[in-house]
Amino acid sequence: MPKNPNVKRVLVIGSGPIVIGQAAEFDYAGTQACRSLKEEGMEVILVNSNPATIMTDGDIADKVYIEPLTAKVLEQIIIKEKPDSLLPNMGGQAGLNLGMELDESGFLSAHGVTLLGTTAKTIRKAEDRLEFKETMEKIGEPCAPSLVVENIEDGVEFARKIGYPVVLRPAYTLGGSGGGIAHNQVELEEILANGLRLSRVGQVLVERCIAGWKEIEYEVMRDGAGNCITVCNMENIDPVGVHTGDSIVVAPSQTLGDKEYQMLRSSALNIINELEITGGCNVQFALHPESFEYCVIEVNPRVSRSSALASKATGYPIAKVAAKIALGYTLDEIKNAITGKTYASFEPTLDYCVVKIPRLPFDKFITAKRTLTTQMKATGEVMSIANNFEGALMKAIRSLEQHVDCLRSYDFSALSPEELVERMKIVDDQRIYIIAEAIRKGVDYDTIHEITMVDHWFIDKIAILTEMEAALEKGPLTVELLKEAKRIEFPDNVIARLTGKTEDEIKNMRYENGITAAFKMVDTCAAEFAASTPYYYSVFGSETEVVETHPKKKVLVLGSGPIRIGQGIEFDYCSVHATWAFSREGYETIIINNNPETVSTDFDIADKLYFEPLTPEDVENIVNVEKPDGAVVQFGGQTAIKLTESLMKMGVPILGTKAEDVDAAEDRELFDRILEETQIPRAAGGTVYTAEEAKEVANRLGYPVLVRPSYVLGGQGMQIALSDTEIEEFMAVINRYEQDHPILVDKYLQGKELEVDAVCDGTDILIPGIMEHIERTGVHSGDSISVYPAPTVSGKVKETIAEYSRRLAKALHVIGLINIQFIAMGEEVYVIEVNPRSSRTVPYISKVTGIPIVDLATEVIIGKKIRDLGYEPGLQPTADYFAVKMPVFSFEKIRGAEISLGPEMKSTGECLGIARTFNEALYKAFLGAGINLPRHKQMIITVKDADKGEAIGVARRFEKLGYIIYATRSTAAALNEAGVKARKVNKISQESPTVMDLILGHKIDLVIDTPTQGRDKNRDGFLIRRTSIETGVNCITAMDTAVALVTSLENAESQRELTLVDIASIARRGSKGND
Amino acid sequence: MKSFLILEDGTVFEGSHIGAQKEVVSEIVFNTSMAGYLEVLTDPSYAGQAVCMTYPLIGNYGICLEDMESRRPWPDGFIVRELSRIPSNFRCDISIQQFLEEHGVPGIAGIDTRALTRILREKGTMNGMITTDVNYDLETIIPQLKAYTTGKVVERVSCDEKYTFAATGSLSDDGAGLRVAVLDLGMKRNIAKSLAARGCEVTVYPAQTSAAEILSDRPDGIMLSNGPGDPKECTTIIEEIRKLYESDTPVFAICLGHQLMALATGADTFKMKYGHRGGNHPVKDLATGRVYISSQNHGYVVDMDKLDPKVATPAFINVNDGTNEGLSYTGKNIFTVQFHPEACPGPQDSGFLFDRFIEMIKEGQNHA
Repeated sequence: MPKNPNVKRVLVIGSGPIVIGQAAEFDYAGTQACRSLKEEGMEVILVNSNPATIMTDGDIADKVYIEPLTAKVLEQIIIKEKPDSLLPNMGGQAGLNLGMELDESGFLSAHGVTLLGTTAKTIRKAEDRLEFKETMEKIGEPCAPSLVVENIEDGVEFARKIGYPVVLRPAYTLGGSGGGIAHNQVELEEILANGLRLSRVGQVLVERCIAGWKEIEYEVMRDGAGNCITVCNMENIDPVGVHTGDSIVVAPSQTLGDKEYQMLRSSALNIINELEITGGCNVQFALHPESFEYCVIEVNPRVSRSSALASKATGYPIAKVAAKIALGYTLDEIKNAITGKTYASFEPTLDYCVVKIPRLPFDKFITAKRTLTTQMKATGEVMSIANNFEGALMKAIRSLEQHVDCLRSYDFSALSPEELVERMKIVDDQRIYIIAEAIRKGVDYDTIHEITMVDHWFIDKIAILTEMEAALEKGPLTVELLKEAKRIEFPDNVIARLTGKTEDEIKNMRYENGITAAFKMVDTCAAEFAASTPYYYSVFGSETEVVETHPKKKVLVLGSGPIRIGQGIEFDYCSVHATWAFSREGYETIIINNNPETVSTDFDIADKLYFEPLTPEDVENIVNVEKPDGAVVQFGGQTAIKLTESLMKMGVPILGTKAEDVDAAEDRELFDRILEETQIPRAAGGTVYTAEEAKEVANRLGYPVLVRPSYVLGGQGMQIALSDTEIEEFMAVINRYEQDHPILVDKYLQGKELEVDAVCDGTDILIPGIMEHIERTGVHSGDSISVYPAPTVSGKVKETIAEYSRRLAKALHVIGLINIQFIAMGEEVYVIEVNPRSSRTVPYISKVTGIPIVDLATEVIIGKKIRDLGYEPGLQPTADYFAVKMPVFSFEKIRGAEISLGPEMKSTGECLGIARTFNEALYKAFLGAGINLPRHKQMIITVKDADKGEAIGVARRFEKLGYIIYATRSTAAALNEAGVKARKVNKISQESPTVMDLILGHKIDLVIDTPTQGRDKNRDGFLIRRTSIETGVNCITAMDTAVALVTSLENAESQRELTLVDIASIARRGSKGND
Repeated sequence: MKSFLILEDGTVFEGSHIGAQKEVVSEIVFNTSMAGYLEVLTDPSYAGQAVCMTYPLIGNYGICLEDMESRRPWPDGFIVRELSRIPSNFRCDISIQQFLEEHGVPGIAGIDTRALTRILREKGTMNGMITTDVNYDLETIIPQLKAYTTGKVVERVSCDEKYTFAATGSLSDDGAGLRVAVLDLGMKRNIAKSLAARGCEVTVYPAQTSAAEILSDRPDGIMLSNGPGDPKECTTIIEEIRKLYESDTPVFAICLGHQLMALATGADTFKMKYGHRGGNHPVKDLATGRVYISSQNHGYVVDMDKLDPKVATPAFINVNDGTNEGLSYTGKNIFTVQFHPEACPGPQDSGFLFDRFIEMIKEGQNHA
C-alpha cells in the first residue's frame, strides 16, 4: 500500500520531562520518527515540554513548540498550525494519553485531524483493563484473573476463589504505595484496608499472583494491511514480580525451546491482530516455569523503553518503521536500512547475546529502600553485546559506572551460606551478587532457584563466572586461562586483582599472545546478508569485521553512558550535535556508548557506532583498531571526562581544552592559584581526605560548610554540614568508595546563584546568556528553577559575571565549552565552580537564545575563531523571550527517598516554560512540570523556624487566592499572629485528626514543608513529605520555590490563553549570528 | 579434544570436539534460527549436510525427545559456537551432548561461526570436513572434499513401510473423515501431525511408492513432503509424481515436494548460492499481497523464468530476494510451497495452508 496522500502536515507529541519510567528512549523514538516523516516530505510540527531533547531542535522538525503537554495547549497548537494528522504513539504514555484525550473530546475530528497509526478504539482496547481482559478472553488468550474491589469482604471472597497468594494494587496511588502481596487472609485484610484508604477512588485490584513465572516480552510490528513480524523477544532474568525496567534482561530468550518461543510469538501476533495495532507494540507474558501455561501481562500499543532496547539489540529501527507504517506503507515496502537488501518485513535474527542492566538511583537516595517491585525505579540502563552470556553480563556490569566491574564488586563474603540464603529472599539490585556469593559458598542451584526463581541456566552462567574468579585466584595464569577469561569478558584490571599482577602485566601478556578484541557487526540477519551499516561490538577469540577506513580526519566522540540523576539526556544531546558538527566539517565520526535509550546509539548518527562499555580498556580496544586523530571528551559528561588521562596514555590527542586545564579546574590548589591570578573571589575552603581534617577546616571557616567530593557531576555526595557530627556522617558516606581525589570543604555562602555556559576559542569568549536560579544557594543547580535572562540582578553583576567568565576561560585555556556557577551577594560576585565541559543547561540556553553552542564549540575545537563564525565575542544581547527551566522529580517512584532539596541533585528531568514575560514563562514551566493547581484550594504549611517570616508572606498571598490553610502548631501560631488565618492541625503522633489524616483525605492541593537545615532527623516531616508525594499531593520544600509558585498562580488567574512560541524560528534567527 | 573444520577453499577452523567420535565429509550449510536446534537436527532435509547454527548458544534447554521431527538426527555434523554446560527446561530428557553422542553425530564447538557464515555467504555453500586428526593434510583432503556430493539421499531418510497416523483433531475437526496420503520424501513429523490435528486420517508412504499404489488406496488428498538433496536426483520419484499430477487428486506439497512437482510438470530448478535456512524469511502471497514470516530450509529453488503459465503460476515469492516460494497449478487442485507451513522450528504463521488444503479437498468433492 503506498503512502497515504492525505497526510502532509503531522503533529508529533513528545513525552515531556524525563521521569522514571519515561526517559530518553522517547527522545530516541521521537527523533527517529520525525526524521523519518521529513524523509517522506511531511511537514512536522513537534510539541514537547522537554528542552534537553534532540527532537526539540529546530532542524528535526519544521515547527517546534516547547510548551506544557496539556490538552489545552495542544488544542491551541492545532488551531494555529492546522495539522492534518496527529502521531501520538511516539511520546510514551504521556503522548498517547493526550492524543486519546483530544480524540475523545471530539476536538480532533472537529478540526479535521486524523490520528495516525493505531486507532483510538485500539488504544482503548489495549489500555482499558476491563476491555483488554474481555478482548483477551474473546480470542482465548489467558490473563491473570483479577477483580477491582471496594471493600474487604469482596477482596476476601475473590481471593478465596482464585487462591493465595494474591497481588493487591490500589487504584490511583503513585509508586505502588499501599500495594503488596498477601499470602493469607490475615495479610490480605491488612494490606487491603490500607490500600483502600490510600486510593483516591477507594478501589484496589486483587489479582492472582504470578510472581516467579518467567517474564518474556515480544516486540511486534504490524502494518495497516495486517502483516506482522516480531522484531525480537526478550527474557527477564528476574522473574515476574520485578518491573521489566528494573530487571536484568537478555535478548533473545535463552531458556525457551522452540515450542515455548513460537507459542508466545503466535500469541503476540494473535493479540496485535485482534487489537488491529498499526505500528510498534510490546506484549509482555508470564510463562509458568514448569508448564506451557502462560498469561498476558500487558500490551503497550506504542513504542516503549523495551522497543528502544529491541531496536538497539537487533539493529531494527522500530520507531522509523512505525512512522512509515503510520503513513500507510506496508512492511514489505519499507527497506531495511541496515542491510539495504532486505525489507522491514524480515524478522531480525541475532548471532550474539544482549544483556541489559538497569541503572538504579540508590547511590543518590541512600535512605531509600533498594527493594525491586512492580514499580520501576531505574533512571536509565546499559546494554552490552557479546557472543556469550557471561561476557555480555560482565560488559554490562562495568558499563554501569557504579564502582562495579565483576560479581565480587559487592562484598558479601562475610555472610554464611545460611545468611546468604536468607538474604537472597530480598529482591533488590544486589541479588545477583548475593547469588554469586552463595554459589562460591557452595549453596546448590536448586536452593537458589527455589528462592529466587531465577532459571538454572542463568545460575550456571553466574557459576561459570565465579569459577573463573577462583581459577584466576588459584593460578597459574596460563595463556589458555587468560584466553578463556577474556572470552567471558573479564577486564584486565579484574584479572590483575585476582592474580596479584598489575594491569599492565596482564595487558602485555595479552598482546604478546595475540589475545586482542575483535569487532563484530550488528546486522539484523546473523551475517546471512552483507550489511553496510557499521554498528559494532567486541568479542575475544574471533576475526574482526571492521572495515579499515583512512579518511582525512577521524574523531572519537565519547558518549555519556547510562542516564542517571545528575547526568541525563543533555549530554547525549551534546554528543550527537558534536558528532553532526564534526561530520559537517569532513571528519569521519566514531561514537562509543552503551546506552540503548539514546539518539547517539542510533545506527545512522555517526559514521561508526561501537556499542561498548566506556572503560579505559574497552576504549583502548577500539582505539587500537580505529587509530583516531583525536578524541573529544567535553560533550559526554563526567563519563567521558574521566577517560581523558587514559586516552592521552594511548596517544590519542584530546581535542579542545587540554587535560591539564580540566584538572586545573578541579584541583583545589591549582584552581585557587588561578583565581588569585585573575583576582576572582570565591568562598574560603580547603581540601581534605579524612573526617578529622574536614572538621578542622570546618571549624576554621565556621559552620555552615559545604562538603563534596571533587570530580563529580550532579553534586553527588554534596551536603551542607552544620556540626562536627554531620561532618563525620557525610565523610563516612563519601568515603564508602575509595576517593581518587580530595574532598572539598567550603564556607557555605547563601546568595543568588547564577550560571553561564560559554564557548571559548582560547582568545575570545561567547556567552549566550546568564541564567539565574530561583532557589538560593544550597539547592543543587540541577534542582533549581533556572531563569534566563537573569531577572533580579543588576547590570553591574551581569557585567562582572561576563568579565569573570572571560578571565576564567582564558586562564584555563578553554577551547570549546565552559560552564561556570556564581553566587551574587548584593553586588559582590563569587565563583562557586568551573567545569570546562558541556553542562546540563547547554540545550536549554541554546534553544532559547537560538545560538547553537555545541556546533560553535565543535567549530572552535577544530580551530575556528568565534569572530570567524559570525559572532561578536562577549555576553550576547538578551533574547526576546524569558525561559524558565523547571526541575521535575520522580520521588513517588522511590519509596523511602527524602524529597527535600539540598546540594545533592535529585531531579530526573526538566521542562521549559518560554514566553515574552517572566510570569507567563514561569506559569508555563509549572504547568509543564505537572503542577496544575488548584483543585480543592486547601493547603498545609509546616516550616522550620528560620522560614516562618517568609512563610507569612507566602501564606498571605495564598489566602488571597482563596486557599484554606492548615498548619502545624508553631507555624499556625506564627501565621495567626501575623493575621493570616490558619487552621491548626495535630502532628502525626498526636490524636486524630492529624496532618496525615488531612493528606489522606485527598482534599489537599499543596504541602509546603521546609525541613530543618542539614539532615532532617524529624520523622514527622519525612512522613508528611513522603505521604504527600505518594498520594499525588504537590510538596514544596524550599521557600523560594513556594514564592515562585504563588507568583505563578496569581498570574494564572489573569492568564487564560497561553501564547505559543515556535523554537524553530528562534533557532533559524540565532544561527545567522550577529550579522 | 581439539577438532578442525576444513573447508574446500582451504580455510581451517580450530575448535573443540563435540558429539560422536568420527570424521565426516559433508556439505556445510548454516541455519539462522535462534531456537529449535533439535527440530533442525531431526529434519531429514539436512541429510548429507553438516549444519552450522549461527546463534552462538546452543543446547540451553537440552533435548525434549517428544519434539523430534523424525526418528533420528540427520546432519552429518553439527557446528556451534558454544554448547551449554547444563540443559535447563522442565521437559528436558537429556542434554544435547548426550543426544549427539548417542546418535553418532560428530561436531565441532568453539569456532567463529559468524566468520564461517560470512565465508559461505560470500563464496556459496561449500563442502567441508570435521576431523579430530591434528595431522590433517590439506593436499589430500581438499580433492576429497571437492569430490563429495550429497547424492541420492531421499531413499535413505524416507520410511521403510507405509504407516498410518491417526486423527487427533486437537486443533479442529475440519478435516474429519478425509484420508490424506503423504509421500515421505524426508518428512518432518509435524506435517503429518498438522493434518491429523485437523481431523485427517493420514497414511505415510515410503518415497519409492508408485503412484498407482498410492492412488489405489483412493486418498482424498495427497501431500508431498519436504526432503533432502538435489531434486533432480529423484528421477523415478518425479515420474511417479507426474502420474499423481495427472490423477486429479488434490495435492499440497512442501519444499522438496514442491520442487519435484515443478520438475514433473516441465519446470526447472537451480541451486542457490547458499540457500535459505532459518525462521525469519518473509514470503508474499501474490493473491492477497499479505506477507508471512516462514520457516525455511532449502538450497534449491524453482526457476520462475522457465515456468509455463499454462501449467503453473507463482503463488508466493520471497520478499528479500524475489525467488519462488510457491506455485499454483493451472486448472488443477494443486498448490505447492517452498517454505515450511508446518514450522517446527520457526514461526507458525503459515499453518493456515493446511486448512486451505483441506478446504480445497472438500470443495473438489462438493463439485464432484
